Amino acid sequence: MNLNTDAKNTWCPGCGNFAILSSIKAVIGSIIEEGTPAENIVIVSGIGCHAKIVDYINVNSFYSLHGRVVPVASGIKIANPKLKVIGFAGDGDCYGEGLEHLLFAAKRNIDITMIVHNNRVYGLTTGQTTPTSPLGYKSRSTPFGAKELPLNPLEVVLSAGGTYLARGFSNKIDALKKTLKEAVSHKGFSLVDVLQVCVTFNNLYDYYNKNIYELEGNNIADFDEAMKRVREWDYNKEAPISLGTFYKKESASFESSFPQDRELNKKEKVREVLGRYS
Amino acid sequence: MKKDISVFIGGKAGEGIDQSGTLLAKIITAIGYNIFVYRDYPSIIRGGHTYAIIRGSERKITAHTNSVDYLLALNQDCLDLHKDKISKDTVVLFDSETIKTDALPAGIAAFGLPLTAIIKQEQATAIMRNSVILGSFCKAAGIKWETLEQILKANSHKELELNLKVAKHGFEKTNELKKTEVSESKNMPVVTGNDAITLGLLNAGLEAYCAYPMTPTSGILHTLASLAEDFSLKVIHAENEIAVMLMAEGLAYAGKKTAVGTSGGGFCLMTEGLSLAGMAEIPVVIVLGQRPGPSTGLPTYTCQTELQFALYAGQGEFARFMVAPGDAEEAYYWSTLALDIAWKYQMPSFILTDKSLSESNYSFNAQSKCFLTENKMNPALWDKKGQYKRYQNTDSGISPLAFPAQKDAVVKVNSYEHDEAGLTTEEADVTKVMQDRRLNKGNLLAEELKKYQTVQVYGKKDAKTALVCWGSNKGVCIELGEKLGLRIVQPVVLSPFPMESFTEALKGAEKTIYVENNATGQLAGITTGYGFKADKKILKYDGRPFTLEELEKELRKLLP
Repeated sequence: MNLNTDAKNTWCPGCGNFAILSSIKAVIGSIIEEGTPAENIVIVSGIGCHAKIVDYINVNSFYSLHGRVVPVASGIKIANPKLKVIGFAGDGDCYGEGLEHLLFAAKRNIDITMIVHNNRVYGLTTGQTTPTSPLGYKSRSTPFGAKELPLNPLEVVLSAGGTYLARGFSNKIDALKKTLKEAVSHKGFSLVDVLQVCVTFNNLYDYYNKNIYELEGNNIADFDEAMKRVREWDYNKEAPISLGTFYKKESASFESSFPQDRELNKKEKVREVLGRYS
Repeated sequence: MKKDISVFIGGKAGEGIDQSGTLLAKIITAIGYNIFVYRDYPSIIRGGHTYAIIRGSERKITAHTNSVDYLLALNQDCLDLHKDKISKDTVVLFDSETIKTDALPAGIAAFGLPLTAIIKQEQATAIMRNSVILGSFCKAAGIKWETLEQILKANSHKELELNLKVAKHGFEKTNELKKTEVSESKNMPVVTGNDAITLGLLNAGLEAYCAYPMTPTSGILHTLASLAEDFSLKVIHAENEIAVMLMAEGLAYAGKKTAVGTSGGGFCLMTEGLSLAGMAEIPVVIVLGQRPGPSTGLPTYTCQTELQFALYAGQGEFARFMVAPGDAEEAYYWSTLALDIAWKYQMPSFILTDKSLSESNYSFNAQSKCFLTENKMNPALWDKKGQYKRYQNTDSGISPLAFPAQKDAVVKVNSYEHDEAGLTTEEADVTKVMQDRRLNKGNLLAEELKKYQTVQVYGKKDAKTALVCWGSNKGVCIELGEKLGLRIVQPVVLSPFPMESFTEALKGAEKTIYVENNATGQLAGITTGYGFKADKKILKYDGRPFTLEELEKELRKLLP
């Protein structure tokens, strides 16, 4: 199946987003091959460099607003639980403007996947500090260095009730594909924080290449172990940065708690309800 | 004998006054009247003073009077704070253990019962003081015991026997003081404006509702949540109004007929989503319940201050539908249409209400002729031929809808300017074509609305003086228009503005007086912008609706 569109790709050469695009296309291709009808797939994006991804993949899409990927994706999933809903967001988008939505999606365990293009800088607005930029980070909005500590998004979402948490890196495509496939296949709320390098404003390739390692043999069913692993690197001080799956838990998902669609004569029912007011 | 009755009941918040107001409305319905209930309560759960005025009339009414026939007092505030409601003809029924009547003017018929002693004797709970005083009222007003018994039976969810027992005490210990005319009941349902909006939306096939609780529209959330299983609804109380609006758009994109409900403060948070609905052409209904501002203002009181805000909210230029119903029947009828219009024209659609409309009770005439005509508005759906383009340019001006999981259709919607397929564009020519196409939907809608009663005319229809009102001021204006020989003009649809119908409605009027519950005359501001005259304005912005007496007094100052 051809997943390409006519849209011209306008990301900077060398942008980490290309890795996410090619990985997710491979994942979408494989789930279609495995039997998910292409028309059941819906992708949602926010606003920022990441968001252009919906223009580049020929499946159903909702190009939404900055910070609002989660509520849009949630509404789509609740409307039709058989849809496979994948959200893309930036770090400013999802961990800043839309953090409350992210926490509630985790709290509800709604069956959507959030893939965060975390480059730790605002790209499209030309280089400002984000919620995951380190203390002292110099940017156009913090010329003398950021005065606040970064959020550790995985720690926050694990605390809020997320049932699948993982980290990827745009320079490790095979591992990224594997992680994204797992996340998309997970029944429940999944978050993949992708360390995605912005070559123009925050080129962290060397820093990441030096510190990353792949998780192996960790007990992904153990919340405490997951929390410990998630806290190993705080997005601030240099430390080993683990990639792969931290946590996975089976739990009832939010969208299945609503009444199922069924045929009914609503006009007749309205008249019946009106009678109760007599 | 009078064919109009007005009953006041008041007490402390949390003491059951709300429920007693509803029961009184049903009693007065049962003795053959049309009713209207005004409710006044503070933004406090327990302890403040709360009251309801239940008015009955042989005609359709949607306004209350200041002076009442019966005043049922469960606490001292009822007498101290409402002296203006007592006239020489008022009968006061009160709790003799807690209320001092020394300050009542001489000659007022007042009758006290020891409510607490009665409930103690029967080991009933404090809230059942209400039942005692309802019994007392029925006897005083010459209403048969069987009428009250039947209503208590139909409406008491617990402790029915005990309620009947204490009510009987009240009934038997009271004498008939002022007989009320009783006729055969038309048994009309008693609904709030919120109920009517809820049922109107369901009638149009509502499938999902998202809200964050906010007075005065929380009632819609509560009712729909309780009906979710019956109607197979998705009812979501989201984390905030931003999520409410965006979830609603996700639901609508995936094919679910969806509405949201809020008040001004919550609507502030919805405006980015509103603009998205304009750009991405997502059908969504917004029930906006106005209350006094700025900011938190008076949360449990009424006003009409969000008309201009709602008309212009959201960045960019896009068409929207807006209706401001004036009573329960209009609210039902236009709520159905509001959802249909949202889907036919793929645009945001507003139902503008206020505390007065949302939370007052009305007799609902389901036989009204406007409910008998079948609506013909249907959304344009994709014919499954060729390549699907969400924003296709068509002769009709409306792009056919398809929803995800539709085979062979890739449905792409976009908050950026986009091409027909929904892909982002920054091209000048595409931008212009798309903006023209979106705005033209407003013209198409305005054309279709010419077939509907978008402006209503009441009172003396050829009078030279016209009162212009909108929303919940409809009823009070109609009654006074009939009494004083004035023409009443009520624009029901406010966007797209019904220029032709409004012009026609005002034909021959030499003087126009605008009656609004706001401080600046928001409707007058709009119509004068279209070139209409607004000679005088009668504005009330203290959080309370006009009573008949108040508006009459103001009108008489302006009339020859």
